[in-house]
Amino acid sequence: MHKGFIRGISAVLIGLWSAMLFSETEGVFDEYRAMLGDDNPAIFVIFDGEEIWFTPAGPKSASLEQCDLGLGPGVVEGAYAQLPRYFADVDRVQDVEARLEHCMTQLQGLTPAEVHGKPYSLRGDLGTELEALVAWIADQSSGLAIAPMQAHAKERATYELGERLFYYRAGPHDFSCATCHEQGGRRIRLQTLPNLTTYQGAAEAYSSWPAYRISQGIVRTMGWRMRDCMRQQRMPELVMGSEATVALQTYLAVNGAGAPMAAPGLKR
Amino acid sequence: MASRIRIRAQLKDDYCEVKALMRHPMETGMRKDQSGAAIPANFIEDIQVLHNDVVVVQAYWGAAVSANPFLGVRFKGGAQGDVVKVVWRDNHGDSGSGETTIR
Amino acid sequence: MQLLAFILFSTAVYANEAYNVLLDSMKDKNFVTLERLKQDELQEFCSQPRSASLDEVRAAKLREAAFKGVPIPTGERYLGDWQLGEKVASNGRGLQYSDDPEQENGGNCYACHQLDPNEVAYGNLGPSLSGYGARGQSVAMLQYTWTKLWNTHAYNVCSHMPRFGAAGILTEKQLQDVMAFLFDPNSPVNRSQP
Repeated sequence: MHKGFIRGISAVLIGLWSAMLFSETEGVFDEYRAMLGDDNPAIFVIFDGEEIWFTPAGPKSASLEQCDLGLGPGVVEGAYAQLPRYFADVDRVQDVEARLEHCMTQLQGLTPAEVHGKPYSLRGDLGTELEALVAWIADQSSGLAIAPMQAHAKERATYELGERLFYYRAGPHDFSCATCHEQGGRRIRLQTLPNLTTYQGAAEAYSSWPAYRISQGIVRTMGWRMRDCMRQQRMPELVMGSEATVALQTYLAVNGAGAPMAAPGLKR
Repeated sequence: MASRIRIRAQLKDDYCEVKALMRHPMETGMRKDQSGAAIPANFIEDIQVLHNDVVVVQAYWGAAVSANPFLGVRFKGGAQGDVVKVVWRDNHGDSGSGETTIR
Repeated sequence: MQLLAFILFSTAVYANEAYNVLLDSMKDKNFVTLERLKQDELQEFCSQPRSASLDEVRAAKLREAAFKGVPIPTGERYLGDWQLGEKVASNGRGLQYSDDPEQENGGNCYACHQLDPNEVAYGNLGPSLSGYGARGQSVAMLQYTWTKLWNTHAYNVCSHMPRFGAAGILTEKQLQDVMAFLFDPNSPVNRSQP
């Protein structure tokens, strides 16, 4: 038989075999999730977050009970699902982390440096207060439809900005978010990449963060995920609650609007 | 080095559901560090769930259980206010425990 | 003409806005500075959805500039050591602020491409390169492949593949080794039986 023909058939078979192994790997993780059922180690982080919210802290010895996440001071249920949104008291659109920073500095008297000092866990850490707070706040929106506010002009402008940032190519590798997340059916090594320009992909991504990251043993937030993507894109460090991270999260949330929140999720 | 276990025990239908999260590296002994030397095995071998000091679950773990294990078990016969305890011992002889009351 | 000018201006304004927002939203970390946020002409031109239609005149100019910038390897030696090339292909580190700047950069080829058919952990952002050596080692084929690796924009103006040579990600030696990984009949890319 012609060598090229054999090569061709072999290539097709290898492709099929790999695809099968790949989908088995995917399937294995789904089975794992099914086995855990409602269980998620994040439950403990959620408890911590709730406790932190009600515990006085900072120079003003105040808790976060008066923090307005968009539905009024102290209203946490349903708030995450409507973020990012415009806040008149700061005249800008904020995500949950920017809003928590605002509350920590205004209500508790912490300095921005203290808030930004270490928002996210480093390797080997057991979780930060911010991660716990976001886990609890997101859990209070579990099951509710993703519905970021888009009524205010600044909210819509933030979406447009997010879309532009999504396609912004830079750095030594010329990466943008779109490099990995603009097409369907793609993966990097064996990690599937959701197409974030579509409802399906954006919903899948936005609804499942924050998430308990099994490999790290802690809860990671969407803000952290954005920062870590930027790191992998060979960009500098994305500041928590900054305009760019809020814009990118808005882009995702609006694209995935309508899908139910399922956070904290469970990830590898 | 005793280590804390976070536990929750809740009554559901006709059983008590226990969830526990423990910190442990669960090192298999197969991994190598930067210099190429094997990282010593360090994993939980023995774990028990006790209800009012009676062992209701006895498990023998090994290197295949992943780091920071999350344990979920159910047992019958628990009542609100009863004490549930989880105790582990690893291959170095270290142990950890935690307890809670059933809600 | 005025409409074109307006469109180009608006695009430039938008790109500028994105740049300014990023400058305010990021900070230097270790050896990675805000300098990286500044786009060159190619990056700016290609910051579009894949579906966007491109200005063909500018595209042709950018392709040509990319092509002209590709150097011939020292001594016209295109092929190095495939065993080292395999390491470059598997190494995903380099140029992140979490990386050690003293260590060599990897090409991370497996992130996007299938190479050794027995390696199942491969991505599909790019086409499969298994059996690449079957194309033979004519000068034309070696130069084409070298150019693709050095600066793929010479052929595909808005490709998402990094400019491994032109951007200084991989050294000439590393690229020669990767070439060998692709071309050498003994390389797993070509030799492995499924």
